[in-house]
Amino acid sequence: MTENLESYPLSLEGDGIPMVRFQNVTKRYGALVVLNQLDLDVSAGEMVTIIGPSGSGKTTVLRMLMTLETIDDGVIYVEGEPLTHMERNGGLVPANSSHLRRIRSKIGMCFQHFNLFPHMTALGNCMEGPVQVLGLPRKEAEERSLELLDMVGMIDKRDQHPSRLSGGQQQRVAIARALAMRPKVMLFDEVTSALDPEVISEVTGVIKHLVDTHNLTMLMVTHQMGFAKEISDRVCFFFDGAIEEQGTPTKLFENPERERTQQFLNAVLHAN
Amino acid sequence: MTYIEFLDVYGGRLIDGTIVTIYQFFLATFVAVAAALAFGLMRLSQNLMLRAVAVAYIEFFRGTSLLVQLFWIFFVLPLFGITLDKFTAGFLAVGLNMGAYGAELVRGAVLAVPKGQWEAALALNMAPHNRMRRIILPQAFVIMLPPWGNLIIEILKGTALVALIAVADLMFEVRQINITTFLSAESFGTAIVIYYVIARFFVTPGMRGLERLMNRRIGKA
Ligand SMILES: Nc1ncnc2c1ncn2[C@@H]1O[C@H](COP(=O)(O)OP(=O)(O)O)[C@@H](O)[C@H]1O
Ligand SMILES: [Mg+2]
Repeated sequence: MTENLESYPLSLEGDGIPMVRFQNVTKRYGALVVLNQLDLDVSAGEMVTIIGPSGSGKTTVLRMLMTLETIDDGVIYVEGEPLTHMERNGGLVPANSSHLRRIRSKIGMCFQHFNLFPHMTALGNCMEGPVQVLGLPRKEAEERSLELLDMVGMIDKRDQHPSRLSGGQQQRVAIARALAMRPKVMLFDEVTSALDPEVISEVTGVIKHLVDTHNLTMLMVTHQMGFAKEISDRVCFFFDGAIEEQGTPTKLFENPERERTQQFLNAVLHAN
Repeated sequence: MTYIEFLDVYGGRLIDGTIVTIYQFFLATFVAVAAALAFGLMRLSQNLMLRAVAVAYIEFFRGTSLLVQLFWIFFVLPLFGITLDKFTAGFLAVGLNMGAYGAELVRGAVLAVPKGQWEAALALNMAPHNRMRRIILPQAFVIMLPPWGNLIIEILKGTALVALIAVADLMFEVRQINITTFLSAESFGTAIVIYYVIARFFVTPGMRGLERLMNRRIGKA
């Protein structure tokens, strides 16, 4: 439960409000502090990449924003409105499920292990959200889904079940499925980590295309430093549940200031 | 009396009994599936009351014997103003009893659906009932089909007890024939064969077929 709720604004005002703001966000599992008073803003249209050692809290950042995890302190804002909380009688209280649903609709997520619905075809996976959640007519949902499957290069496999698709193909369908909900913020959690090396570019290619052609806000956790450097507006290096260092890809990868960043990058680059 | 003569004389009654057994079996299966779904999902609910009701149901029907439950429903419920004819009391008792085991199968199967499926459905902002109906239950269904195959055989065997409240099922007819003819080997031997044939050549292949169909539908086989 967030303490001193009265010290957080009911909403963010003024020009250039961030698309996403983590304000003083703490996450614990029992005694383990996974994220410690995190402050992070992501601007509209920005591509922010999160890197860092295993267990540093990268996935947790995305999962909290997707509302898959609750938070123990702080407030998360989306488009200036609180996500984890809502206004009641001039103050903030923990969000109820209908508030969560309303704000969550702005966010989409792709997972390391794709998590496609195995009992639906590629097209069925993409149509599920638009039909069941947005209430679109089937025809319209199908058009939208086909367009996206085409964009990710999966139109030929529209009638296949996930079990008939390779990892790279499944992940591309998962990206189309998330985009079919027209989110404003897309979260990618190590979407290439479970893939064979030769198909990684299928997926990174799609994400690159998104960055080039869409005005989406994106938060991406990745271990692919080259890819991160190529497409990010900003890179955050996480260490031990906090942002150790952040900056443009050029600065962070070529001139890291902190020793831990240097050590991490050295280790990763030598491992590759 | 040869066995052929035995069948000639009593075949009609054996067939009548078998038909009643099959009716009892289908109706009890229907009750068991409905109860298993309802109480299995209630058992998983966030709501404490619903959970408590489900636990009470499961504990009661699993913790006491089917025969006692059958007698309860037929002989004791009327004292509380609920009178059921013996046919209804029969399949209801068997169905509710087996439904308690089925509820645990439903619960286990729902929990066995990978966590990532719940999370993907939440990330699509699906409402809880849609998540359950569209994403979780279809997958849980495939997971629980093999154990349900065993349970349904148990239901068939369980229906033999309804003879004890005088439902004229196969077991009832066979006992009557035995009492009047003392041809125990012929009577009970035939009953065993008929129960076995129903289980082995109808129920089991039916369940296998359903498993294959469902696996095909999720693109597995
Ligand atoms: N459900 C959980 N219960 C307990 N500890 C968890 C849970 N989820 C994550 N953690 C712990 O939180 C820390 C951060 O996890 P995570 O955000 O997944 O790290 P990363 O993605 O950077 O590897 C790790 O130490 C992990 O073990
Ligand atoms: Mg992770």
